[in-house]
Amino acid sequence: MEMAAEKSAGITGYSIKRILRTFLVYVLLLAVVVLTVLPFVWMVSGSLKNQATIFQNTMNLIPSEPLWSNYSEVWNRVPFGQFYWNTIKVSVLSTAGSLIAASLAAYAFAKLSFPGRDKLFLLFLATMMIPGQAIMIPQFTILNGMNLVNTHWALILLNLFNPYGVFLLRQFLIQLPNDLNESARIDGCSEFGIFMRIVMPLAKPAIVTLGVFSLLWSWNDFLQPLIYLSQERLFTIQLGIRYFQQLNGANYPLIMAATTMSLIPIIVIYLFAQRYFIEGIAITGTKG
Amino acid sequence: MAKWKSYGIAYLFLAPSLIGLAVFVLYPILYSFYLSFMKWDGLTPMSFIGLSNYKDLWTDETFKISLTNNLYYTLVTVPITIVLSILLALLMNYKVRGIQTFRVLYFFPNITASLAIGIIWAAMFTQYGPLNTILRFFGYADPPAWLASTTMALPAIMLVSIWKGVGYNAVILFAGLQGVPRHLYEAAELDGANRFKQFIYVTLPGLSPVIFFCVVMGVIGSFQVFDTVMAMTQGGPGRSTNVLVFHIYNTAFQNYNFGYASAMSYILFVIILVITFIQLKMQKRWVTY
Repeated sequence: MEMAAEKSAGITGYSIKRILRTFLVYVLLLAVVVLTVLPFVWMVSGSLKNQATIFQNTMNLIPSEPLWSNYSEVWNRVPFGQFYWNTIKVSVLSTAGSLIAASLAAYAFAKLSFPGRDKLFLLFLATMMIPGQAIMIPQFTILNGMNLVNTHWALILLNLFNPYGVFLLRQFLIQLPNDLNESARIDGCSEFGIFMRIVMPLAKPAIVTLGVFSLLWSWNDFLQPLIYLSQERLFTIQLGIRYFQQLNGANYPLIMAATTMSLIPIIVIYLFAQRYFIEGIAITGTKG
Repeated sequence: MAKWKSYGIAYLFLAPSLIGLAVFVLYPILYSFYLSFMKWDGLTPMSFIGLSNYKDLWTDETFKISLTNNLYYTLVTVPITIVLSILLALLMNYKVRGIQTFRVLYFFPNITASLAIGIIWAAMFTQYGPLNTILRFFGYADPPAWLASTTMALPAIMLVSIWKGVGYNAVILFAGLQGVPRHLYEAAELDGANRFKQFIYVTLPGLSPVIFFCVVMGVIGSFQVFDTVMAMTQGGPGRSTNVLVFHIYNTAFQNYNFGYASAMSYILFVIILVITFIQLKMQKRWVTY
């Protein structure tokens, strides 16, 4: 609004002070951009240099002869394709599982009445405060007892209960009007039918937000795969780059190439879904 | 009867989450407590040893170091991250063109894996890496050895955490700024309050619930730091960057001392619980809703 008014007032409407202020704001904003982006730019630039040139004139960000072969070298040294595939499998199945479980529970909390509902919801909320690391040992012994150590199922099952997801979806569902549900109920539609055909389509924006967060979380998770997966063929991307770092200690160009490859899918998702990330985060902050 | 049937349906909807909650959260909390009184390597039968694990913690140098390191990490990273985030949020609040693009860029480090970030920065902190090159350019002939130094390795990790955390918190605080009622600024301006006074008397109180949220989550997160340490220093040099979760992980999954590690997990759990509880009690003093 303010900007539109300024525009219509034209250049003459600006005082020198105002122009100076805007200029200063841009300078500061850009300085923060440089600080934020520089490590990533340096990573990509380093991934195209060799072991000698990466630290000679290290701030020369555009390598004179980019070594694209570093990327294929990473694939030759470790089964990177396998790591990608494992991560995609774990992230997609974890996300699907946690979305199904969370949306069903959120529907019960938002639209059904049953004894102990509010107390149970509070219990769900309280578990959000429990750091996962404090219970990682018993979780490991339970999954070990189920013979799921060194399987991807361990990671998928651990993500099934997602109190954050239940909370986010419940907050969204509770503000949807009930009239459609009521009339469907009168027409003899089952509760599950209402959930699938009426409520879920309406909840799509919230589900997409939760979905991108969940995918991201699985993709980036390091500690759980580290605990559960000890065979190279099962490694996820994060374990893969850590493993690569351990194997190739000081070969920074190759390590940067591996790290760049681990980030590419995330960058692509972010480009397409940044709105969901930023709005999702802003909501948790202001309403949480 | 119809009522009972509808209750049954509700619990059916809840079933997957309830099973997950029971098996992977509630039972582990109790089982962890039980394990903390046991000596167990994860393979041979466990034996009850009473409070021995907790007594041993008092004399465990590595545990004390990891606790001290973690407190130092929390006390430095949380306040600096919050202050810088508020400043960045205020800067973003100047409604200049293209602000959305800036917001997207600032938020980016937060969506990347801490491990990947740690690996990048570990390379940047090397002796002839970009950081020291910049320091030399500005005249520091003898820049620190960072990750190879027992005094500078932990600050290096803190720097990375702050770098990663500022964009995330700034986006939340920026959203919070939009919720501070405009008329309060107008009233303050009429009363002759300058920009700085408006910030102190209008912006900060209006933003305090969001700041509170950021502080609480920041403190909890700071006690969970692990990936960055793993990528950058593996607890070293010596024990200078050994933090709580790192020590618990080593005790349980490298040294197979599950009982002792469970006792440490419980301490971690209680620390976070107590600090969060204190913050909830203290919020009356400074948070205005």
